[in-house]
Amino acid sequence: MNPLERAARRRQLRFALVTLVLAVVPAFLLAPDGAGQRATFVLADARGERVVLEPLQVAVTPTVVTLAVLIALLGALQLARDLGRRAPVAVGAAAGLLVLAVLVWAGAGESVSVVALLRGTLFAAVPIAFGAMAGVLSERAGVINIAIEGQFLGGAFAAAVLASVVGSAWAGLLGGVVAGALIGVLLALLTIRYQADQIVSGVVLIVLATGVTSFLTSQLLSVNPDWNSPVRFQATAVPVLGDIPLLGSIVFRQTMLVYLMLITVVVLQFALFRTRWGLRLRSVGEHPAAADTVGIDVLRTRFRAVVLGGVLAGVGGSWFTLEAASQFAKEMTAGRGFIALAAMLVGRFSPVGALSAALLFGFSDALATALQRLPVPLPSTLLRTAPYVVTLLVVAGLIGRLRVPAADGKPYVKA
Amino acid sequence: MSAPTDEMTSTPQRSTWSARVVATVTGADARLTALAFVAAFLFGAVLLAVSDADAIAALEAGEGPAAFLGAALSAVGRGYTALLVGAFGSGGAVSETLVAATVLILTGLAVTIPLRAGLFNIGGEGQVVAGGLAGGYVGFAVEGLPLLVHLPLALAAAMAGGALVGWIPGVLKARTGAHEVISTIMLNNTLTFVAIWLLTTSLFQIPGRSDPISRSILDTARLPRPFGGLRVDVGIVLAVIIAGVVLWLLDRSTVGFELGAVGSNPSAATAAGMDVAGATVRGMTFAGIAGGLAGGALILGVQGRITPGFSSGLGFDGITVALLGRGTVGGTVAAGLLLGALKAGGRAMQARSGTSLDLVVVVQALIIVFVAAPGLVRALFRVRSEGASGTQISQGWGA
Repeated sequence: MNPLERAARRRQLRFALVTLVLAVVPAFLLAPDGAGQRATFVLADARGERVVLEPLQVAVTPTVVTLAVLIALLGALQLARDLGRRAPVAVGAAAGLLVLAVLVWAGAGESVSVVALLRGTLFAAVPIAFGAMAGVLSERAGVINIAIEGQFLGGAFAAAVLASVVGSAWAGLLGGVVAGALIGVLLALLTIRYQADQIVSGVVLIVLATGVTSFLTSQLLSVNPDWNSPVRFQATAVPVLGDIPLLGSIVFRQTMLVYLMLITVVVLQFALFRTRWGLRLRSVGEHPAAADTVGIDVLRTRFRAVVLGGVLAGVGGSWFTLEAASQFAKEMTAGRGFIALAAMLVGRFSPVGALSAALLFGFSDALATALQRLPVPLPSTLLRTAPYVVTLLVVAGLIGRLRVPAADGKPYVKA
Repeated sequence: MSAPTDEMTSTPQRSTWSARVVATVTGADARLTALAFVAAFLFGAVLLAVSDADAIAALEAGEGPAAFLGAALSAVGRGYTALLVGAFGSGGAVSETLVAATVLILTGLAVTIPLRAGLFNIGGEGQVVAGGLAGGYVGFAVEGLPLLVHLPLALAAAMAGGALVGWIPGVLKARTGAHEVISTIMLNNTLTFVAIWLLTTSLFQIPGRSDPISRSILDTARLPRPFGGLRVDVGIVLAVIIAGVVLWLLDRSTVGFELGAVGSNPSAATAAGMDVAGATVRGMTFAGIAGGLAGGALILGVQGRITPGFSSGLGFDGITVALLGRGTVGGTVAAGLLLGALKAGGRAMQARSGTSLDLVVVVQALIIVFVAAPGLVRALFRVRSEGASGTQISQGWGA
């Protein structure tokens, strides 16, 4: 066996071993717990749906054991055959089955609402997806945007104040967009006009946005509570589509920003990869000198991409005060901007990929929330680390094979 | 991308220690750095003025621009005077400045060290948390040891805790290519929750209490205070000694040379037979040690017990310090003292004139904006340009 084959064999064994370890948890830790009990999965949430699905009941121990066997089979498959590039997918599938087993185990003698879990997933994905798309726009054009967290904070603050003062959630959204775009302009100025280091600029803008919003919260909002009681978006059902069993309850009985997210993903995916605008934007991120040669204004294209990204991140920021919480609080974004950044990388710089990754992080968020309501022997504070730990694991697992826009992070200087 | 050291100092490379300190303080960059401070404080004044309650009241009452300006100027004057007095005005003020500088120098070093290898450590906060938890635990749980044994033991625990949290993103970067900016931030958020959880367990909590506060550090593990009533402790001496060690490590040792080589050109370093992955892990682990020690110095020093959120914002403070120090050890120490004064002054300002401490965060961020983009300062103050480009110090995603 040559060294290359040996390395591949070692890799294969490692992935197989990880999968088999995943099977141990449900087989030995979870299965004995719920003996004789049943878990109930609720598939509808009596909120005026036409068709109400009956709850699904499963016996805990047999289901958990079945899932453990499935995971073990996946491990055995990897022992027998080298899955090569698809090995991480198999591990991912095993992890998914494990999550299912945990849900069945945690739901023993209780009921778990599948609708609430998946609706929560979509809802929690909103800021991550918008932030990741902001990153996609900016980085496809060649500017690293670390500042998403700052744009979230600025957007959340401005949205809260405008929605409170004007008394309309739409005014709040406009405020959030303007604040996000403004930070986008600052980032573009620093990185494109003044060629400051892009990661440093981003980090500094986060600190600046944190400082300014915290300062104004202490000085202004705490004295004038009227300025921090925003009118928020309410959940609205889409006619007809909202009556589809299960799917309708999850996707089409949502809030305004969820719909806006789904539309934006489709539009941006098309615009980036199927229009002249998108081609030009990507060209200045891949090979600015070549783009310059054919007459594309590199700096202006980059500037616009960064600012438009700021607009999207501003929408994501508005979610915090127009949908998620009832008012602005200092540093309320709690690292979500960085999760968005990770979602952008994991989603390989495409809007659809970003949405998929955002859904994964949204799910870990919603799952932690769901588990907190169940009598699980895990402290709820620790469950709140779930989105961060998942991000860490996914980024470590997937990023090695990343193809970054060739000129990402490099200022363009005309020769 | 290029190395931090070569472009960030304007002196010839690999210069002597003293030349570097001089260059940081008086070099060609000094005028721009000073102007960056002036610009940052001017913007801070604007923010202070427009958010002042009296000034807003004057505006709302329609008393005209003169009344508004008068109220605004007096607010700025009150605020900044309180800040200056709070930083330098008395022995107690200087003591507070040194207390703040202790942590800032150490968290600054936590950023400066890996920056040599082209790694951007945003995980200072998580490393501080881990150091504080580990050092604090040894500080109150281990009993019956004399000061000379207990204190070093607690400090060592703090370093070990920080080292672990620095090591993780280092290994992830070296093995899988996971970018340290993301992994360190995720560790920050994870550790914040872990700390809150630990503080509610019997391991840390005061028996019979329900609030998340740890037991008090025993006297044998507290950093001694040489000036009686003043809060300044030997932590500042410790920080300066560590800075000296780091200076030797980065500029005189093989390890430091490797870090620099990897930061300047990873391919060339590999070709020269250097262990790039190992340098990445070492750089982040050393950073973790410095960050952990910052947490230890805080808990075993002024704080005396672990409270939730004790580390809030310290990691980002370290970034400010390291960038202001332009990636050199001497610069980091000087910047730590300067920003320590700003922070101590800010606290005094909050207490005396009621202006929120967050103003200091704004001013700090603005200072770095202007330091990172010298072209912006030149444009603001119409200083003659000597090449407009900023410094490039970090590496992109693919690195």
